[in-house]
Amino acid sequence: MSNLQVSVYRYNPETDSAPYMQEFQVDTKGRDLMVLDVLHLMKEQDSGLAFRRSCREGVCGSDGMNMNGKNGLACITPLSDVVKNNKLTLRPLPGLPVIRDMVVDMGIFYKQYERIQPYLQNETPAPAIERLQSPEERDKLDGLYECILCACCSTSCPSFWWNPDKFVGPAGLLQSYRFLADSRDTATRERLTDLEDPFSVFRCRGIMNCVAVCPKGLNPTRAIGKIREMLLADAT
Amino acid sequence: MVTNITSFGRSGLSDWLMQRVSAVVLAVYTVFMVAYLLFNPDLDYYTWSGLFNQTWMRIFSLLAFISIAAHAWIGLWTVTTDYLKSTRLRVGAQTLIILAIFVYLVWGIQILWGA
Amino acid sequence: MSNLRSLTFDAIIIGGGGSGLRAALELAKSGKKTAVLSKVFPTRSHTVSAQGGITCAIASADPQDDWRWHMYDTVKGGDYIADQDAAEYMCSEGPKAVFELEHMGLPFSRFDNGRIYQRPFGGQSKNFGEGGQAARTCAAADRTGHALLHTLYQNNLKNNTTFLNEWYAVDLVKNANGDVVGCIAMCIETGEVVHVKSKATVLATGGAGRIYASTTNALINTGDGIGMALRAGFPMQDMEMWQFHPTGIYGAGTLVTEGCRGEGGYLINKDGERFMERYAPNAKDLAGRDVVARSMVMEILEGRGCGEKGDHVFLKLDHLGEEVLGKRLPGIVELSKTFAHVDPAKDPIPVVPTCHYMMGGIPTNVHGQAILQDEDGNDQIINGLFACGEAACVSVHGANRLGGNSLLDLVVFGRAAGMFIEGALNEGIEYLDASESDIESAMKRITRWNESEGGESIPELKAELQSIMQNSFGVFREEKNMVEGVQKLAELRGRIANAYLPDKSNAFNTARVEALELDNLMEVAEATAIAALERKESRGAHSRYDYPDRDDVNWLKHSLYFPLTKELKQRDVNFKPKTVDTFEPKVRTY
Ligand SMILES: Cc1cc2nc3c(=O)[nH]c(=O)nc-3n(C[C@H](O)[C@H](O)[C@H](O)COP(=O)(O)OP(=O)(O)OC[C@H]3O[C@@H](n4cnc5c(N)ncnc54)[C@H](O)[C@@H]3O)c2cc1C
Repeated sequence: MSNLQVSVYRYNPETDSAPYMQEFQVDTKGRDLMVLDVLHLMKEQDSGLAFRRSCREGVCGSDGMNMNGKNGLACITPLSDVVKNNKLTLRPLPGLPVIRDMVVDMGIFYKQYERIQPYLQNETPAPAIERLQSPEERDKLDGLYECILCACCSTSCPSFWWNPDKFVGPAGLLQSYRFLADSRDTATRERLTDLEDPFSVFRCRGIMNCVAVCPKGLNPTRAIGKIREMLLADAT
Repeated sequence: MVTNITSFGRSGLSDWLMQRVSAVVLAVYTVFMVAYLLFNPDLDYYTWSGLFNQTWMRIFSLLAFISIAAHAWIGLWTVTTDYLKSTRLRVGAQTLIILAIFVYLVWGIQILWGA
Repeated sequence: MSNLRSLTFDAIIIGGGGSGLRAALELAKSGKKTAVLSKVFPTRSHTVSAQGGITCAIASADPQDDWRWHMYDTVKGGDYIADQDAAEYMCSEGPKAVFELEHMGLPFSRFDNGRIYQRPFGGQSKNFGEGGQAARTCAAADRTGHALLHTLYQNNLKNNTTFLNEWYAVDLVKNANGDVVGCIAMCIETGEVVHVKSKATVLATGGAGRIYASTTNALINTGDGIGMALRAGFPMQDMEMWQFHPTGIYGAGTLVTEGCRGEGGYLINKDGERFMERYAPNAKDLAGRDVVARSMVMEILEGRGCGEKGDHVFLKLDHLGEEVLGKRLPGIVELSKTFAHVDPAKDPIPVVPTCHYMMGGIPTNVHGQAILQDEDGNDQIINGLFACGEAACVSVHGANRLGGNSLLDLVVFGRAAGMFIEGALNEGIEYLDASESDIESAMKRITRWNESEGGESIPELKAELQSIMQNSFGVFREEKNMVEGVQKLAELRGRIANAYLPDKSNAFNTARVEALELDNLMEVAEATAIAALERKESRGAHSRYDYPDRDDVNWLKHSLYFPLTKELKQRDVNFKPKTVDTFEPKVRTY
């Protein structure tokens, strides 16, 4: 029983008029492989199968995909975590345009990331050494800066599906809060003003899919809550 | 900042606040009503209209009506912007919603103060 | 034939890792028309995996710390074939580069006084080896590379750098004078091939650990820049020098940082003995990586390895306690649970020396200018070509890199290359345009794959190459085995030249990318193999059973591999730092 049955989303814009699901039989030799290993075995059968991968250890964020209905990183998801009844269904991240097979166009996701000005802003002259920051101030960045931009969260968020052009999405907002929470950043006011409208932050309905899927165990919903608190404090 | 918006306060924060404040008002109103009905098991028309003849109850009820109106508008506006991607459809739906809310609100006020 | 679209830039930076992004930032700020071309979205580059930290004498953990001590450690760590002028430049400029990163927002961990947290790493000393263990590696928990790469990407966004993301550089374009005037590149999404023209071409393509079967490196680390330079006929320096990291997770190859030992972890054999006390009585588990890796292999060969097959040892961390692990090494806890099924707070992690870092590469000076050697053995600048990061050999790492020195190398020399190119562009650069036939010869390889009609499969050839390298050019090397390896590689080269690309489609064709990468793996592997066979001594990471000693009379030199003749020549090591006395070669003990 080491033949795993894998069903994969296939689409090649040059040859296919519509996407379809293709079945593969993969001999896992009874090992509890990672889903990425399985994809490599499938690629040996069909070199045309396209997917992204790089670090293969869950830090580069290349291989976010939907595995048996749940978003995650293929390289750190063991089969034992997802396979049910010896079946594995792989689809690209939902809600983004598909370029080919498992490869999605992440343009709009990156655009929302860029929108929140994801860089430290501090116009005061820099000292000759580092800017000092207490360990307590630094602790506030834990759970925020670790984001790997894999898009598992944003593409599992219904609010992002409906308004990807206007709602920043959990990944972007997590980064937004990462800079709002940084004691070295001085652009708090401008950052908040930019987020006041009814879409950017306030489209979050606390569905918390983002929290459920984040492969790094981060909590964008909490960060969004904190941004709301800051907006409230700033406005009242 | 996303600017092309037709929300209530044109600010996500005020919408969000209003949604919460109106929810609290509606919750208090509901609790009051339920409690009132429970404590007056033999309720008749005179006690009922007596309650609504008191000014504080009229103000309380008006507050609740306005809260319903605001709450409904913000909620439905959000729903329409999520699901209706065609601008014509969306604006049409929103117009209908505004109209309905307006009519219900005026009608409510009339019932409340008109007697 | 040249109906190729062309794109023109002042400078093109091939590689969006730490070194490429640091160079790009410098050029973007100066307003030069620059683009970063990367085969993956920049934050997916291998720099993101770096864990332990960036080593630099910022005098935080120890206010007396001195960059000269760092330089001494670096030269000694490199077993005296690091160029001392380059090591001097890196160690003295380092603090500036690290403070810049902090100002850009890098979320370093902190000491109570608010300064950057520094941890001990292997091979670090105070007072030129006389003052005991130093703590010089600046860290953002155990995710320093991630923090560094994202910070650099973010600051490039801030400065409006142009990115060609998911573009693959195929080969360099040279003009009739042999100057590098751009490259051929392919947009992976559409398959379009273009001619990128530029006055400066920077190879920041990172390492090539994927020539080995077992490596800590990302799947994309296929030595593309090295392959491109070799095919263009340029020599490679010190390619026999491959670092095997002591603590790759057994079976998976993923790394657990040296920072684990810096924080107090240590290695044990099957008897529970802390064996490094025997091999390096002073530094123990924090001796140079080459020393620790060899000691581990000795333990295993002498029958004291752990596990059923006795083919690994254990890294013990549980005594550090859950709190230290959670605070200082959270990523390691995650990795070890995922890949070793071990909770390091309770049980030791099974580890084995694993291919990690390429000390060799494209020889450059401290400005990142690529160098070749003329007939008389003199250095000569290659016009238009620059290299930085792991792809370059400046050389600051010599025969063995110290932990945390690579990230420093990336930012110091990325920055230096950027500054130099800016200056050169200001002064004006004019090279002859490439002719049709120049472009055509750079197109040869991709054309060959596109026209292939049958032959062996790419993944199988790749696996074969990796197993040859693993078996013949590992931690310990020896003549007979290496001769065999070189022969097998020569034969493999012929087969790869006739291999088959079945999928010729255009849109996001990853099979084509892997085919092109295979050529590069082949180039790197052969350069490594020939250099390893020819260097008849043991030095740093290059350890031979048949020549167990260091031979300063004949081999206190860089090796230089010439691809056209497949010959190995020598190049002088620089022993003339500008502001400090030369560190004379000494016996290297820890
Ligand atoms: C697991 C691990 C942990 C490490 N930890 C540390 C540490 O703690 N401290 C330390 O100092 N060092 C560490 N190192 C070493 C260090 O991370 C690397 O040496 C360094 O990141 C290399 O950076 P780079 O900029 O040279 O290249 P990379 O970051 O590897 O980037 C290469 C870039 O080139 C691009 N590229 C390659 N080929 C092509 C092509 N053909 N066309 C277009 N683009 C191309 C890639 O897309 C990528 O953007 C570690 C290494 C590993 C493997």
